[in-house]
Amino acid sequence: MSKKTFVGAHDLTPIQFKDLSVILGQKIILDKINCKIKSNSITAVLGPNGAGKSIFLQTINGLFSIQSGRLNFNLMEINQEIRKQQAMVFQNPVLLRRTVIANLQFISNLRNKESNRLLKKILSKVGLEGYEKKPARLLSGGEKQRLSMARALIINPNLLLLDEPTANLDPYSLNLIEDLVLEENSIGKTIIFTTHDMSQAKRLATDVIFLNKGKVLEQTISKTFFKSPKTLEAQKYINGEILI
Amino acid sequence: MNILLEAFKQSFELVFTLNADLFEILLLSLKVSFFSLFFSCLLGLPLGTFLAIKNFWGRDIILIFFNTMMGLPPVVVGLIVYLLISRSGPFGWLGILYTPTAMIIAQMILIIPIIVSLTAQTIEDIHQEYKSLFYSLVVPYHKAIIAYLFDARYLILTVMLAGFGRAISEVGAVIIVGGNIDHLTRVMTTTIALETSKGNLSLALALGIILLSIALITNFILISLKIRAKRRMYV
Repeated sequence: MSKKTFVGAHDLTPIQFKDLSVILGQKIILDKINCKIKSNSITAVLGPNGAGKSIFLQTINGLFSIQSGRLNFNLMEINQEIRKQQAMVFQNPVLLRRTVIANLQFISNLRNKESNRLLKKILSKVGLEGYEKKPARLLSGGEKQRLSMARALIINPNLLLLDEPTANLDPYSLNLIEDLVLEENSIGKTIIFTTHDMSQAKRLATDVIFLNKGKVLEQTISKTFFKSPKTLEAQKYINGEILI
Repeated sequence: MNILLEAFKQSFELVFTLNADLFEILLLSLKVSFFSLFFSCLLGLPLGTFLAIKNFWGRDIILIFFNTMMGLPPVVVGLIVYLLISRSGPFGWLGILYTPTAMIIAQMILIIPIIVSLTAQTIEDIHQEYKSLFYSLVVPYHKAIIAYLFDARYLILTVMLAGFGRAISEVGAVIIVGGNIDHLTRVMTTTIALETSKGNLSLALALGIILLSIALITNFILISLKIRAKRRMYV
């Protein structure tokens, strides 16, 4: 896998939401969202449970259809080619009923057809060296999430979407995933992640989008958000108070 | 009781003396069942998977159709195939009536609905788990079908076994389109039917025991594979 990400690929950023709404059944999940995600940024999507953070990420990934408004990737509408340049790491990693290496080979065969040597290199990068032949579903929670991360790295995406990637993980897995996020960002990738861990958001994020009840209440740079949040909801959220 | 003991004795004699007639019947039974299962899987596995993962108008109607077809009476299938391939039928020119090919076709009509319906049910469960991942990864349909079938491989073996069981134990359809001709289309089930009607119960029972043994061995292999797969959380 080359270090340079964008050879022959479109740059997907900036990502622009214009009055975007997502409705599931009768419920408005995302309500007229307007925001912009900058190129080469690490954006933390914050908000209480049920705010619409996961749907926000999955909408970017094309998993939900947009009822109204627009979502543009560097002025382009979402299409298969754009989606192929994204990688999503789900909160609950879905692993194929195969060995660890076969899970990576599946993705590799879909896209870049990387050599086994490189797949093993990526495995060692996520601390799963020597786990190649182990059935993937027998891994622990942290190992599963790291394998899921390795799978995302194989795609060599332009945009990395992480849905609570470190929820319930031990400190080793947490540090490893955070280091990977920073490393990927340092080679030019844009990263959007959701988390409930305020200190993690402070450590990683360059920007913050704060959602509540499907609406973007704040979008600002990370330091400003944590230092002087504008809305009462954001203040309460940061202070660990219940939002009604 | 005597007749059972006699049957056991005779079946062991037939097997261990490598009785040529018995092995001819056994081989043809396995051959016909194997090929009907093979071709049914070739059609049924991808179709069942496609029906499990693709939402389109009429999908439920197709699934109901295949579910209903699972209960098709073999003699009715035999009769329909007979009418189609008999000399005066639309496919009479093929000249396959009273051949193993006709028996394979009849068995395929019986097995395909089983393979399609059970595959669709099996894959639907895995699809619920995988669909977001596959959609996120932009996995093309044909590759998704292969991946689903591969990941459901141990469960699909059960589906195949159900199909094989239907094929090897079937008598109504193969006797109509095969004709139970000695050294040509005589299989275990038709021989059992014939020998019973002749009053040769020992031979009929002996063949029955062999038939059961085949089912037992196949099941044993399958269960061993599934236990191994369960340990690795592949099912």
